[in-house]
Amino acid sequence: MDAPAIFDTLCCSAATAAAPEVSHGVLVFQPTPPELLPLVRRLKEQWGFDLLLDVTAVDWPGRQPRFEVVHHLYSTAHKCRVRLKTRVDEREPQVDSMVALFGSAAFMERECHDMYGIGFRGNDDLRPILLYEGFVGHPLRKDYPKQREQPLVPYRH
Amino acid sequence: MDAALPPTVRSIFERSPPRDDRVVVNIGPSHPATHGTVQIIAELDGERVLRTDVHCGYLHRGFEKECEDHTWHNLIPYVDRLNYVSALINDFAYCDAVEQLMGVQITRRCVLLRTLLSEYSRVVDHLTCVAAALMEMGAMTAFLYLVMVRDFMYEHLAALTGARVTHSYGRIGGLARDLPQGWLERLAAILLQYEEFVARVHTLVDRNRIFIDRLRGVGTLSTADALHWGCTGPVLRSTGVPRDLRKDTPYLAYAELDFDVPVGIQGDNYDRYFVRMREMDESVYMMRQLAEMLQSSDGDGPVNVDDRRCTFPDKALVYSEIESLINHFKLVMDGPAVPAGDIYVAHEAPNGELGFYLVSDGSGTPHKVHVRSPSFVHVGAVHRMLEGGQLADVVPTFGSINMIGGECDR
Amino acid sequence: MRAHTIPIEPAGGRAKSAAFEYIATRKDELIGWARKFSIFPYPFVTACCAMEFMAVSASPYDTDRFGAALPRFSPRQADLLMVVGTITHKQAPILLKVYEQMCEPKWVMAFGVCATSGGFYQNYAALPGIDRIIPVDVYVPGCPPRPEMVIDGIMQLQDRIARSRHPIITQDF
Repeated sequence: MDAPAIFDTLCCSAATAAAPEVSHGVLVFQPTPPELLPLVRRLKEQWGFDLLLDVTAVDWPGRQPRFEVVHHLYSTAHKCRVRLKTRVDEREPQVDSMVALFGSAAFMERECHDMYGIGFRGNDDLRPILLYEGFVGHPLRKDYPKQREQPLVPYRH
Repeated sequence: MDAALPPTVRSIFERSPPRDDRVVVNIGPSHPATHGTVQIIAELDGERVLRTDVHCGYLHRGFEKECEDHTWHNLIPYVDRLNYVSALINDFAYCDAVEQLMGVQITRRCVLLRTLLSEYSRVVDHLTCVAAALMEMGAMTAFLYLVMVRDFMYEHLAALTGARVTHSYGRIGGLARDLPQGWLERLAAILLQYEEFVARVHTLVDRNRIFIDRLRGVGTLSTADALHWGCTGPVLRSTGVPRDLRKDTPYLAYAELDFDVPVGIQGDNYDRYFVRMREMDESVYMMRQLAEMLQSSDGDGPVNVDDRRCTFPDKALVYSEIESLINHFKLVMDGPAVPAGDIYVAHEAPNGELGFYLVSDGSGTPHKVHVRSPSFVHVGAVHRMLEGGQLADVVPTFGSINMIGGECDR
Repeated sequence: MRAHTIPIEPAGGRAKSAAFEYIATRKDELIGWARKFSIFPYPFVTACCAMEFMAVSASPYDTDRFGAALPRFSPRQADLLMVVGTITHKQAPILLKVYEQMCEPKWVMAFGVCATSGGFYQNYAALPGIDRIIPVDVYVPGCPPRPEMVIDGIMQLQDRIARSRHPIITQDF
């Protein structure tokens, strides 16, 4: 099936509260946090989206809920992509982890946790990956000042 | 040594310590063969690697945070320094994403030039990867041959872009400048020299007993594993799957070009080496086709689209009329106004799928610029290739995934 | 343990005889000549400057002409620490550890503008110049520097080595 046909099929059987729409060639779903993992499982097992491309988050400081966790998936059979945007609140920034479905989720979720503080239920290895042990805060949040350094070695001057 | 400095990483061996007869060895992060800054903590049973804990992030330079502080134009040099071995592809993938988000259509000549330079960057990247991989196994001559060809290409690209390594040549809506006189003739000469040098490397290495023993059957990855762990590019193609974004979802001028997608057989290191060598040959073939297309009437025309939203007006106009002056001022100070929304655009980088996820809030500075980096995902997958092998195989296997630190850690 | 280098002028210099000074100077020139043409770099390679480091080690730029070709990947065996590329805060303790493991005489070259000053990465992650944590002898700015600039840096370092004092037996000789 080429991209538009599979998108139509997905739109009909998405089973999410908000209807998906196409944005710049990518079908965008907006699942709620409980709908996320079942949707990804269906996409992988039923519709052939076998590559988890990316897990990241966007910080919208003025809005409620504040964070938007974004997953990108690719289907090598249908040659198209889908995006899943899940909004989570800043008091409980948690979504389900994809590590059971995709091994690549391990590193990507660690990075998302490092940079934004999003928790991933089911991923028990959320050690810092791009940052280091002892770094306090989540740098990509909009309230983290860009130049706040946390040096490990004291400066000579 | 100052014992007061805390460790920067925690390894998995703290939680699940190894048995008494096992040794935990730390490779890196300052190591000649970890391509910069990756730390591999390996649990060994004699010479056999049982478990590995790969740590990256030692080159995390805060690319995303920097991008939120710069205009869409000003962050092009940062984008260059992601995969710094093939800088032009990063430029063009980023500019493509911004152009699609803005709804800007680039000119025909720009499409052809960007395709040609993308393939040029691919050749440079594969030359560097293969040269480094061979050097780490001791084939110093092959390294020197390939780096010599690469140097010709660097000087040639410096004649076009002004810089040897990190070119910053792509612009939103086009390119920084057009080709200088005689550039395509020099390209034809360089491609002939490339063929000569690569033929020498093939004779040195391809059927060399030592080379085959070191790479055949080492670092094997199955297709199911490759997809499960998110591998794309030569790593996925070495397992036998002909997945290539240039063929699957063509962009730029790839739909019009005649080329093949090389695939491997077993997914081992030898396959990855050979897939890269064949991809370079295919790229050279594509570059010859594109050079012809550029010199025909089809390739004529301006290189920048005449769109005031992103292209700087002519300097003569900027100095003589007020509208162009204000336009120029706004583009420089505020940046091109990209409509609010988000977009994900991926190009086939030499390492795999290089994707840019851009989020705009309608202003001239991005709200978020995220890079889907193939190296990062491959470093997450490399433990599958290392575990079960020998300690000496860690170096060629790690070299075969072409981890580029700037792209991995961003 | 703070890093230190041997000062060129001895502190609180005592008067020496002219003959002693003559021999000491000739000895310094001889050892300076030997040391400057047998530099063993430790390429502490991190980022994009590595591409130019590879280019400067190969033809046509070739550091072998300056005696600085053979890299030594153990800090115990190297005398020039070439910090090639950005050093982040995560990497800084490792850089300090490697520097401290090197034996005297040792020199440090900051290769590239990221090692010199942090480059254009002025944020939470990058160290704003390696001279915040270790002393630097030669700064080679550039993003990345052309191989000719690196060779110029090596030659300037060689001049510095040739002009400096090389105490081998005592602090004065």
